[in-house]
Amino acid sequence: MPKITYIEHNGAEHVVEAQTGVSVMEAAVKNMVPGIDADCGGACACATCHVYVDPAWLEKTGKAEPMEESMLDFAYQPKENSRLSCQITVRAELDGLIVRLPEFQG
Amino acid sequence: MSGQAVIIGAGQAGAQGAQSLRAAGYEGRIILLGEEPAAPYQRPPLSKAYLQGTLSADRLALKPEAFYAQNGVDLRLGVKAAAIDRKNARVAIEGGEAIAYDRLLLATGAPPRRLHCPGTELTGVHYLRTIADCEGLRPVLAGARRLVIVGAGYIGLEVAASARKAGREVTVLEAQARVLQRVAGPEISAFFESLHRAHGVDLRLGAALSHFEGRGRIERAALMSGETIDCDAALIGVGAMPAIELAKDAGLAIDNGVTTDEHAATSDPAIYAAGDCASHPSKLYGRRMRLESVPNAIEQAKVAAANMAGGSLVYDAVPWFWSDQYDVKLQTAGVAEGADETVVRGDPAAARFTVWSLKEGRVLAVDAVNDPGGFLAAKKIIAAKTPLDAKTLADPATDLKSLAS
Ligand SMILES: Cc1cc2nc3c(=O)[nH]c(=O)nc-3n(C[C@H](O)[C@H](O)[C@H](O)COP(=O)(O)OP(=O)(O)OC[C@H]3O[C@@H](n4cnc5c(N)ncnc54)[C@H](O)[C@@H]3O)c2cc1C
Ligand code: FES
Repeated sequence: MPKITYIEHNGAEHVVEAQTGVSVMEAAVKNMVPGIDADCGGACACATCHVYVDPAWLEKTGKAEPMEESMLDFAYQPKENSRLSCQITVRAELDGLIVRLPEFQG
Repeated sequence: MSGQAVIIGAGQAGAQGAQSLRAAGYEGRIILLGEEPAAPYQRPPLSKAYLQGTLSADRLALKPEAFYAQNGVDLRLGVKAAAIDRKNARVAIEGGEAIAYDRLLLATGAPPRRLHCPGTELTGVHYLRTIADCEGLRPVLAGARRLVIVGAGYIGLEVAASARKAGREVTVLEAQARVLQRVAGPEISAFFESLHRAHGVDLRLGAALSHFEGRGRIERAALMSGETIDCDAALIGVGAMPAIELAKDAGLAIDNGVTTDEHAATSDPAIYAAGDCASHPSKLYGRRMRLESVPNAIEQAKVAAANMAGGSLVYDAVPWFWSDQYDVKLQTAGVAEGADETVVRGDPAAARFTVWSLKEGRVLAVDAVNDPGGFLAAKKIIAAKTPLDAKTLADPATDLKSLAS
């Protein structure tokens, strides 16, 4: 199972073994990683699953779709490498993925 | 502070309440009672991905199993609270021993409103609220010849979309003149009416159900007009009723739901309520409202839990909701009731637009079709009570992002 590292705003690291096919958001929720609220449960409706993808991984995670992009504009402190984690599906090639969490969601 | 907090209802609000009690530093015992056999789960997929079979059951759970033990939450499933004895601060359990509380959270939700016409007892007539209901409905998507849906609210329309995706013939009966009448304006209704018709739904407006007919199994739906529609399944989606019996029998104040103050406390200061069952005073709208949505259940339960742990938070979030039908996402912020003006931004024909409902230069509500950015801007504008006139809004050059920040 691919390993994903979530780094909280305060620096706390959580390394999680994620099932392929679920989203990076679901893998966090399933492993009780704090800092991802995911109020809509992955419906791409709430923007409370915001993460910063480690720049080294941006190519593999891919870019946000236009709808997601327009939501990120309203996330707390969006950056170039912002994504909604419910829109990234865990795949074998994401083994080792690192994402950082913003100070606040929504 | 130690003690014992009891939460009645292990759904969206109940699970959030347990989590937020701990987050607020509550050190007492937490007992979470759920009548259903399943641990707290998400209901939205029950009319969408889970109904369509594209989401597995383990992905419905709101929390991993380990959450409950790790947070000292005593989750008791298949357990029904039968009564609240306020004098002795105890919850009576059906077929079990009463449980003492010093803080109680009512999170009992809102089961479907039942129809009482002849034929609702026939096999093949469904309601949709729980996993069990959804599992009853799934074979219909796999093989029914025609599904009749009574009520063109969110649940009726989402199930219609899921059933069409599965290739079923679908007739939707709506007694009102337009779909989503209770929750959306005419522009949104018109959009969803053509969307469903374009996907092959036989949508009948102003069509009231009289009753169902069949021998043991449903065979047809009879309309008030005298017309009948042959079918082998029906879904009734005519709204939900707040589960208030426990509160009412215990003498708590009721007003279209368990009455709470702005701190989510009921008329008994030891008892709080959150989610679909609760009616709260909205400062933003200057009136009492009861909402049925995931965000409301989450935010209200957070406030209730923090206050049960000794805090004094106020619940005054902007109501919001989403619905997915076919490849269309609808998001609604605010409540449009009382609006005196509407402005459409974007292009309904291109299936990407927002409808703004205004009153005296203030935005009351926004419906966003395939425009989540517009929706998030609207949510901020409504919360900040940013003054906005129809002319500015109607101007495509107006930048919502800057207005929202
Ligand atoms: C099919 C469907 C689709 C939906 N789609 C959306 C959507 O897309 N977006 C959105 O925002 N909202 C949606 N909703 C609404 C949303 O799911 C609800 O608003 C939300 O679940 C409310 O949470 P709650 O905790 O108040 O109630 P619930 O989640 O219903 O939980 C209440 C629980 O309390 C239990 N209970 C009741 N009485 C007792 C008792 N006496 N003893 C023990 N247990 C008891 C019930 O069995 C139930 O499990 C949908 C709802 C349904 C049914
Ligand atoms: S979980 Fe709501 S947008 Fe990702």
